[in-house]
Amino acid sequence: MKCRRCRAPVVIEIRRHNAGFCSDCFVRHCQDQVRKAIHDFAMFEEGARVLVAVSGGKDSLALWDVLLDMGYEVDGLYLGLGIEGYSDESVVYVRDFAARRGATLVEIDLPADYGFDIPNGSRAARRVPCSACGLSKRHLFDRAALEGGYDVVATGHNLDDEAAVLFGNVLRWSTEYLGRQQPVLPAANGFPRKVKPLVRLAERETAAYCVLRGIDYQVEECPMAEGNRHLGYKAALNAMEAQSPGTKHAFLFGYFERASKLFAPEVAAEREELHPCSGCGAPTLGEICAFCRLLDRATTP
Amino acid sequence: MRVLLRNPRRELEIAGPVRVHALLDRLAIDRDTVLVIRGDTLVPGDTLLHDSDDVEIRPVISGGAA
Repeated sequence: MKCRRCRAPVVIEIRRHNAGFCSDCFVRHCQDQVRKAIHDFAMFEEGARVLVAVSGGKDSLALWDVLLDMGYEVDGLYLGLGIEGYSDESVVYVRDFAARRGATLVEIDLPADYGFDIPNGSRAARRVPCSACGLSKRHLFDRAALEGGYDVVATGHNLDDEAAVLFGNVLRWSTEYLGRQQPVLPAANGFPRKVKPLVRLAERETAAYCVLRGIDYQVEECPMAEGNRHLGYKAALNAMEAQSPGTKHAFLFGYFERASKLFAPEVAAEREELHPCSGCGAPTLGEICAFCRLLDRATTP
Repeated sequence: MRVLLRNPRRELEIAGPVRVHALLDRLAIDRDTVLVIRGDTLVPGDTLLHDSDDVEIRPVISGGAA
């Protein structure tokens, strides 16, 4: 098989594009997809200060690498989750990448800075670990972006992640979550602007990008994620994608183009009702925000 | 050839020659959920793998979204 762009021998085939690419052209393909996402969804302008949420996995490191190569001023933010045998390894990949690229890395450590880790904290708060993790990340990334004066927070959510989340939200008709599922969430009422520049790339593509660019990342899956619902949605979608390549892209981008606006008013109305948390000042619908409640339960003996 | 699998990490010894897609079919692995790496680069599905090759089959699916 020959490269779609230059006719050299391919190193990877992308079935949904019915194409193969050589190494150099594949890297350019990934950069083009990120550039197109940033442009089409008006994610941010040239000169914006971007904070990338990095985990040590393939997606966030690929995103950081692409944005640096595109010339953006982009710092990384790593959140240590205190997951034994996992977090201590993931931070090494992030620090190595930052050092190799001469990029600025900001680190927050849940155990050292907030007194709890995800395994014990989620248990104490009676939350699923992935839920406590996601909540902590959203809260602390938002705060770091606002305090650091960044224009936008970029996360490494890819096409597979977003299609799986959409699938789950549609199965349950979770309209409040459907309204928030956008490649761009504008800044408002104490929230920074948030964007997902990898939304046009499948996770197999971000992994391949890292291999071809020589980026070491954490391949091992988080032990807390095993058997979670999100992975089940991905497996179901992958079975459909195998039968009909392009299904996930059509599902997700069809939603963006034709259905997402139906759920936007609910989110706008909810945002109007937000007010500052009495504990930390973050926007919340209650008196105390979900992170402060988690923190309280996770650190109360 | 020596084949490294991940999540969990383990090694298999597979007789060559065999093409990448045939190897994945033999191991019942969906080709869209992995990368196949020989040495330090990717190899496409029609590549013939030999007894002397070191091959990694690296999963690309990650989870954990709340």
